[in-house]
Amino acid sequence: MTRIPSWIWPIVAAALVFIASRVVTNEYYVFAGYVVLQYVVLASAWNILGGYSGYVNFGSAAFFAIGAYGTVVLDKLWQPPLVLSIFLAGVVASLVGLVTAYLTLRLRGVFFAIATLALAIVLQTLVMNWDYVGGPLGYYCMRPSSIIGFPSYVHYLFVVMLVLALVAVLVARAIKLSFIGHGLAAIRDNELAAECCGVPTLRLKVFATMISGALMGMAGAPFPYYITYLDPNSAFSLAYGINSIAMPLIGGMTHWIGPVIGAVLLALIQQVATVTISSELNMMIVGGLLISFITLAPNGIVGLFEQYRQRKHQCAGR
Amino acid sequence: MVTFNLLFNAVVTGVLLGGFYAAVTVGITIAFGMLDIVNIAHPVFIIMGSFVAYIVNRKLGLDPLLSVILGAPLFFLVGVAIFQFYHAAFEKSGKGSLRGLAFFFGILFVIEVTLLLAFGVDYRLVQTSYIGPNIGFEHIDLPLRMVIPFVGSMALVTGLHLFFSRTFIGRAIMAVAQDEFALSLMAVDTVTVRQLAFGVAIATAAIAGGFLIVIQPVDPSLGREYIGRVFAICVLGGLGSIPGTVIAALILGIVETITSTLFGASWAPAVSFAALLLTLAIRPSGIMGR
Repeated sequence: MTRIPSWIWPIVAAALVFIASRVVTNEYYVFAGYVVLQYVVLASAWNILGGYSGYVNFGSAAFFAIGAYGTVVLDKLWQPPLVLSIFLAGVVASLVGLVTAYLTLRLRGVFFAIATLALAIVLQTLVMNWDYVGGPLGYYCMRPSSIIGFPSYVHYLFVVMLVLALVAVLVARAIKLSFIGHGLAAIRDNELAAECCGVPTLRLKVFATMISGALMGMAGAPFPYYITYLDPNSAFSLAYGINSIAMPLIGGMTHWIGPVIGAVLLALIQQVATVTISSELNMMIVGGLLISFITLAPNGIVGLFEQYRQRKHQCAGR
Repeated sequence: MVTFNLLFNAVVTGVLLGGFYAAVTVGITIAFGMLDIVNIAHPVFIIMGSFVAYIVNRKLGLDPLLSVILGAPLFFLVGVAIFQFYHAAFEKSGKGSLRGLAFFFGILFVIEVTLLLAFGVDYRLVQTSYIGPNIGFEHIDLPLRMVIPFVGSMALVTGLHLFFSRTFIGRAIMAVAQDEFALSLMAVDTVTVRQLAFGVAIATAAIAGGFLIVIQPVDPSLGREYIGRVFAICVLGGLGSIPGTVIAALILGIVETITSTLFGASWAPAVSFAALLLTLAIRPSGIMGR
């Protein structure tokens, strides 16, 4: 029997999720599912740089907001189809990633982390002062009329995000298995040694930042239509920053499936907690889980699973 | 029309603000510059310090600046405990930086949400005799609520500078910052030295927090505004140099107030990011860097 290639599974999963979205009658599940998928994109995108190469990006919210506000600008100009907004968001976000990465990644990784953190704050300042997109007052984004073939516009957004999630996961997987992934892993383990062995470290890091930023920007592009009212505080919410770090860390950063596991798990917990308890407390849960996982299970759920398998393997070998 | 008088006022206010920024940053200078611990939760510790001052002021009626002097030893112990945990969990196993960073990010969140749950999103302020009045000279008005924190901050950084250059423990900390391995070969318990230093760093947050709540009302998420600022100052000053931190803080304070005067207060946060990127691009070792 030939081995089934692992890229099949995300596609199968996506197909099943799509069918499920058509079967459920309560549209709230589709509405909530969108957020989960959005986090799958963000976590997978973060992991391309953060997990594979070990460079921490605190500014996921900045890239996400670039996508969201990009859509707002386009919406005010001439309301292009959503797919085009997503594409342009990806381009702009990757350019921002390029500049930030090029200026800071030549130095120690810490500087990159701090710069991304500051990037989010500064972009928020810019948007706050930009009256065209509503400034601090925010912007009401009218959903276009329903798209043919979809029960509602939320369903359409859900499918768009599903496709984005699939793309993000497949890209993350492809990078992991290619020479880029190996190069990034070498950087994570010992950057100096990698450099000496001829790994083009700076180029790989900048590339990873661009891809990662582009995916985050693309995840943000449909957001204004989803939420219908966008203000700087929701677009730059620190929740994106902490979630896109916590999810890969909890799922496991060294495997492409880790961020997906972490995202689905954490996003579901948060959806339930927001409805049943309070939204402040659910951030507390994320923070607590993050701290406990990095101290107790540094390789996340995937790491725990591998540990278990190895132990079973050893027992069987005896 | 921006007159000379207005600009002069902005510079003076900038100096006062910059002096306060020095007190805010000095904890990062110690933790990040000297000990190589990227404590991005430092600003939120400062907010915690502000809330300690707020509680003591409201419940006991003590002066906020007096209350933080009481709070500092408590924060020192908190710092010592956090270092103990951090060291055992991350440094010993040798995979510090990334996980350590995420760890402090988690701490930042937990503290901020705890404050949010305890105090709500309202701005809190303290009441003292020196918050209202100004002292005026010929053309400039100096609000006392800025002057007092400035004087206090200068006292704090001067004290720390003397501590690091004159006392035995301070010099030991500087030695750890320079070459920890060499020091460990001389039978010095470097972990304890670093632990003390981290305690001192967190203790400064208590004091800076007291100054902060005198200068402006405080809410739990205020710390975020300071994250970019403190690291920009720390990097600009040259990582681990206290005189450098003071110079960089004054520069940033002046540039920020001039920016606010010319373009409006909402642009001020962008200054620190520009300063950070410029420093990293032009002179990554900072003003007083080696």
